[in-house]
Amino acid sequence: MRNDEHSRSILTEEEKDMIDEELSHYPTKQAGAVEALMIVQRRRGWISDELLLAVADHVGIAPAELDRSATFYNLIFRQPVGQHVVLVCDSVSCWLMGADRLRKRLQSCLGIGAGETSADGRVTVLPNVCLGACDRAPAVMIDETLHGPLTEHELDRLLDSHVLQGAR
Amino acid sequence: MTIHVDGRPLQADPGRNLLESCLSLGFDLPYFCWHPAMGSVGACRQCAVKQFKDESDTNGLIVMACMTPSTEGARISIEDPEARNFRASVIEWLMLNHPHDCPVCDEGGECHLQDMTVMTGHVSRRYRESKRTYRNQYLGPFVTHEMNRCIQCYRCVRFYRDIAGGEDLNAFGSRDRLYFGRMQDGTLESEFSGNLVEICPTGVFTDKTLSRHYSRKWDMQSTPSICSHCSLGCNVHLAERAGIMRRVTNRYHRRVNGYFLCDRGRFGYEYVNHPRRLRRPAVRTSQTNSASLVAVSSSEALATLRARLSEKKRIIGVGSPRASLESNYALRALVGGEHFFSGMSEAEHHHAALILRILKDGPAPSWSIQDVEQADAALILGEDLVHTAPRLALALRQSVREQPMEQLDRLNIPRWQDAAVRTALHGQRGPLYIVTVTGTSLDGVATRTFHASPGDIARLGCAVAHEICHDAPKSSEVLPGETALIREIAEALASAKRPVIVAGVGTGEAWVVKAAANVAWALRRRGIAAGLAFAPQECNTLGLSLLGGRSFEQDAAAVADQDRDALVILENDLHRRLETAALNRWLKRFDPVIVIDHVDAALHDQADFLFPASPIACSDGTLVNNEGRAQRFFSAMAKEPEVRESWQWIRDIGCIASRESVKSTVNWTSLEQIHAAIADEFPLLRRIGEAAPPAQFRISDQKVPRAPHRFSGRTALPVLETIHEPQPPDDPESPLAFSMEGTPRQPPSPVIPFFWSSGWNSNEAVNKFQDEVGGPLRNEDAGVRLLEPQSHAGIRFFENAPPRYERRNNQLLLVPLPRLFGSEELSARASAIQERIPKTAVVLHPREAERFGLRQGQSVDVSAPGFVRRLTLETDETMAGGLAGLLLGNEGAYVSLPAWATLRGAPST
Amino acid sequence: MTIDDRPLTGLIRRHGPPPTLSEYEERGGYASIRAMLGDMTPEEVQREVTDSNLRGRGGAGFPTGKKWSFVPMGVDAPRPKYLVVNADEMEPGSFKDRLLLEGHPHQLIEGIIIAAYAIQAEYAYIFVRWAYRSSVTALERALREAREAGLLGHDLFGSGFNLTVHIHTSAGRYICGEETALLNALEGHAVIPRAKPPYPQVCGLWGKPTIVQNVETLCNLPHILTHGAEWYNDLGQGKDAGTKLYAVSGRVRRPGVWELPIGTTVREILENHAGGMQEGYAFRAMQPGGGSTGFLTEEHLDVAMDFESLSSVGSRLGTGTAIVLDDRTCPVGFVRNLEHFFAQESCGWCTPCRDGLPWVERLLGALDSGNGRPQDMDILERHVTFLGPGRTYCAHAPGAMEPLKSALQHFRSDFDRHIAERGCPWRSHATAR
Ligand SMILES: Cc1cc2nc3c(=O)[nH]c(=O)nc-3n(C[C@H](O)[C@H](O)[C@H](O)COP(=O)(O)O)c2cc1C
Ligand code: SF4
Ligand code: FES
Repeated sequence: MRNDEHSRSILTEEEKDMIDEELSHYPTKQAGAVEALMIVQRRRGWISDELLLAVADHVGIAPAELDRSATFYNLIFRQPVGQHVVLVCDSVSCWLMGADRLRKRLQSCLGIGAGETSADGRVTVLPNVCLGACDRAPAVMIDETLHGPLTEHELDRLLDSHVLQGAR
Repeated sequence: MTIHVDGRPLQADPGRNLLESCLSLGFDLPYFCWHPAMGSVGACRQCAVKQFKDESDTNGLIVMACMTPSTEGARISIEDPEARNFRASVIEWLMLNHPHDCPVCDEGGECHLQDMTVMTGHVSRRYRESKRTYRNQYLGPFVTHEMNRCIQCYRCVRFYRDIAGGEDLNAFGSRDRLYFGRMQDGTLESEFSGNLVEICPTGVFTDKTLSRHYSRKWDMQSTPSICSHCSLGCNVHLAERAGIMRRVTNRYHRRVNGYFLCDRGRFGYEYVNHPRRLRRPAVRTSQTNSASLVAVSSSEALATLRARLSEKKRIIGVGSPRASLESNYALRALVGGEHFFSGMSEAEHHHAALILRILKDGPAPSWSIQDVEQADAALILGEDLVHTAPRLALALRQSVREQPMEQLDRLNIPRWQDAAVRTALHGQRGPLYIVTVTGTSLDGVATRTFHASPGDIARLGCAVAHEICHDAPKSSEVLPGETALIREIAEALASAKRPVIVAGVGTGEAWVVKAAANVAWALRRRGIAAGLAFAPQECNTLGLSLLGGRSFEQDAAAVADQDRDALVILENDLHRRLETAALNRWLKRFDPVIVIDHVDAALHDQADFLFPASPIACSDGTLVNNEGRAQRFFSAMAKEPEVRESWQWIRDIGCIASRESVKSTVNWTSLEQIHAAIADEFPLLRRIGEAAPPAQFRISDQKVPRAPHRFSGRTALPVLETIHEPQPPDDPESPLAFSMEGTPRQPPSPVIPFFWSSGWNSNEAVNKFQDEVGGPLRNEDAGVRLLEPQSHAGIRFFENAPPRYERRNNQLLLVPLPRLFGSEELSARASAIQERIPKTAVVLHPREAERFGLRQGQSVDVSAPGFVRRLTLETDETMAGGLAGLLLGNEGAYVSLPAWATLRGAPST
Repeated sequence: MTIDDRPLTGLIRRHGPPPTLSEYEERGGYASIRAMLGDMTPEEVQREVTDSNLRGRGGAGFPTGKKWSFVPMGVDAPRPKYLVVNADEMEPGSFKDRLLLEGHPHQLIEGIIIAAYAIQAEYAYIFVRWAYRSSVTALERALREAREAGLLGHDLFGSGFNLTVHIHTSAGRYICGEETALLNALEGHAVIPRAKPPYPQVCGLWGKPTIVQNVETLCNLPHILTHGAEWYNDLGQGKDAGTKLYAVSGRVRRPGVWELPIGTTVREILENHAGGMQEGYAFRAMQPGGGSTGFLTEEHLDVAMDFESLSSVGSRLGTGTAIVLDDRTCPVGFVRNLEHFFAQESCGWCTPCRDGLPWVERLLGALDSGNGRPQDMDILERHVTFLGPGRTYCAHAPGAMEPLKSALQHFRSDFDRHIAERGCPWRSHATAR
């Protein structure tokens, strides 16, 4: 997940195997390209130009074509993100239930607003469309786990255990 | 079929959509994403009209005109208040983020967005937020990028990707943060990138070469001309101001170039402005070679020449495939047919004659670009078209959709419905077979490609012909691995309705051309309406060939070397046609050597007299394109004092030479006189005068103005020399005037100086010049087709196809690799093109390189008969084995290819 | 209520793992498949589903049997055919499919097999949104079990029918849920909706006949096949057939999702199931079927939540997942939040949606921050008309306008107050987005 891994941006054999497995599900390579990006992103945190070129090359489609997809989706990161990504739902049910308070809390305890990454590179906070957890509003998703409903206090605890204390 | 527009019953074509019908009927209906050559996708929502179910329906429904078919009895309203309001809203939305930078925008004054904004009546801004901004990209020497102006109509990517097959331009991001550009800064790779300038309805993509000597459209004089940078003869408009050529834009011709040009044609014009273009006559004062040419006045030059010519018995003339038919004919008239050389290299001469013979005596017609676009199967033999006949390559790229499109009727999808068509076809492609020496940029859309030596390409072609029709001769030999391919190609072509066979002379192997003819004729014999499309070398190769003339081979070694003859060389750098040593030997036979040209070619070292000709861009005349279509071009600027058209110099030389043979020529003052003479002598050229209206043509006694009526600053133009407004230059040779005075009426299509119509300042105005959008320009297509097939001709197939390629031990067959940028003499002088010229190299398949113990990037000594050079080695997986490709950047040296070559690694330095 | 009243959710353990294959089979799972493959032709399956009057649960409510009837059948039909499961669920307020995916993946797989067999599709893709990681995990596991048990794969039960199922994880965009945009997304092309015709049933994924079906729709199929069309029709309360997953979020006591007879009234769902409003909050209005449906107010509480009843009062059943607006929340802020979502999620293809929605969002922002002007109301009204059906390329922007349109109807005075009082009267939410 570390950004310096980008210096070794060529794909690992394991990544290539995983991508090939994904591609085998479709009659065209293009169809598996976004999942290929996600496979790589899950391990590297974000998709640098070099990685994008490497994935395009491995999948066998034009880099610009892959980048079109990469820049379209909300959850493909074409800029560095922190070690942990906190997605704060900003859609209506969570808003009704006080999502703004959670955002303010994140701002005050991490010192970063939505769309920013903490200076130590530990965490990125991103606003996200409805997480599909409206019965658990307000909800956040930390890395790939959903949490909610959250009070500010519970958010503090979560941050403490998952993000700030988390292995680096 | 009748449709009702705002209550008026009008005739419309059922195969069209409502937008097309409205525009064809002369209505002003705004649009952005629709394009006549690209169809409808319904993205911009600008073309909204109200449609009513029937007479009693008063509510109606808003529909997108471009997405709605014109149907019998359809009732629509353009003027309906809700429709008007909606259209004004669309413009308002597009304007939310559009910068108000028209005064500093290159598009200003010919901006479709400006026009449409005015048309919808959107005038004041209600949006209070700040505008979105973007970073622009460097896109290479041709196109400037200014993303802030984007209105997201998607035209650029649709053209670039769907039409031209480019992969490096795309739409990134989404919502109101779309970015149209490349993934990273860099030169646009497509050979057709310049079309973005015209495709983009606003100033995102603009002509970088124009901006170096920028002028507004309304401030430039514009002239109809013919592109002279390859044999296809695309119609162009040349724009000039103050003696500087400013830019080239597409001049719509339905059959020749449609809406698109290639980058060589669009950006090659700057050779006209080249600082070293010849502008004054020059004379070599002494016979010794070391003496230099001295610039003199034209009268001095001619007087000196008179002295030198007086005792001469004979003048030999060398014509040129890049000079007009008229100039070539004038030279031929001056020197007499038996002393007229075509000026092409031996091989070129032979190829041209062969193509001409096939087209005029054979049963298969030569097809226009439009015909090729509609072919439902294609075979390309030998030619890497994008480099030698680029617009033809673009047409073939479209043709692969023809066969799959046959399903559309069943699915009830009209062809103009581009979004649906692409969904329905889903990348299905009809048959396109490409047999070349190396990979081409069309390979991506090909059914199958095959890479082989030029001889093998021809051999394969002949085998296909035989497979199609057994009357066609058998190929010498067919390898077991080839039979399946041959059968497949033959079947694909024979089961098509309109197959086309395309070939050129790019490989240097004449048999490739013959094989193409055999295939087309075999198809014809089977009753299939096959066509041929050839790519001769230069813009007037066929025209020159029509005039006959001799080749160098038939030379004058025969002519006894008594007195040395005078030699007139017309617009021709013979170093590109003959090996230097042989050329020098040959030239020694002549005295004086008289060169008429506009470029400072190397040949001038051997010239005794140099007469500055006006290039095609600054002349009037006729070219015959690959299709055999004679097309007239007109001069884009007034003559400079010492510069004359080549035929005028020839006439003047004729005058002073006072030869019996030139009696007729000395009185020539107009092209029409030459046309009459040509028509007299050459039956095939008898309609040459019909290519365009004659010089005397007038509309209500007025000429056609080259300058728009808003042309500004005319009195200020010469202010450094005089404060008086000079009289506009006279132009006796054409119906056009170098001025804004003249008829406001629309002239016949060959002399339309620019596309403009009230309210339509951009090139989109072309729809006002057509009866039907996408149809021919009003008053017929320009040009005259000279060659028609002999339908009843007994077909005599070419016999004795070349034998199979046999490897030689230590040699490779050196074949030419022509390049779009660099291989054509004139465009290679344009500064923007120069940036794109590839490095000179020899190209090998990696396996071949290995066999010779050579590495990528290494210097290699290549020697072939008459050719020894040290070149960088490039490897290319697609190069056929046994061959070495010669890629000659911008050096136009003569090499007779294909030829066996020895390659040796140069000692590393 | 018995399990038979709640066929879709009866086996779901709210706080436990989903039923395993053997657990499911013990309770009659996959029995419908064996019966179907044993002695039903695809046409018979189609007829049963048509007779059941099942309508799509993804939002548009298109009759499922009718949709299938457009698929070319027989030996001459183009092949392969595809079934696509729409599990993109990204509409604000919707979380019903997640329950079915996480809670009972085998039921979905059974539904997939039935639908695939009915149209003779050889391949199925389950298109799942990125945020549903745990759904993917549950699905992967269930698929593995099903494959191992020979429920998927080659020549199922000797019927000659083959079916391969793959999961496609999307990287998150609401427009991917629009069925033709979804097809483009699956193919890896630019994600914009497609022109129709050609319809996906004839020319869908990779140009082949394709059916796109919502998760909940498919989950109904095993039960229809097991108990018959008549039984299914009887499940519904009004005109519509079957049960429906209804959900409520917002300031109610027990936000959640419940399976109820389709046609249950708003009041019953709100009061009996969601437990009524939280202490200190009163009901003001409600979007009955997700973020793109128009508001219902107090007067509509006794309307049945079915397709026709809701459209007769100017709204839509949509996904059946309600969002409640309480009396302490600013309706302008509420709509602003929604329009922010829709503006964000526009694919960017057509002008009104791409450029109109951000303007709407900013105008609502201006109202909220006290910069609203009276003319802004005209501009909003104009957008309601000009982003409506037929004016944009797909249903995204018209969906976005439904809540705005009804808010302008029901809460006009609130909008006017924002302008008159130069800001939001509900300050506590004023900074919200
Ligand atoms: C913008 C937009 C988003 C949509 N998102 C979804 C979605 O997330 N899930 C879904 O099942 N249907 C969604 N739909 C509806 C689908 O287009 C389609 O109607 C549905 O998947 C068909 O399945 P059904 O007939 O089973 O309901 C969406 C429609 C639109 C216009
Ligand atoms: S309405 Fe237009 S821009 Fe919006 S999502 Fe649909 S196609 Fe895309
Ligand atoms: S021109 Fe009709 S929608 Fe763009």
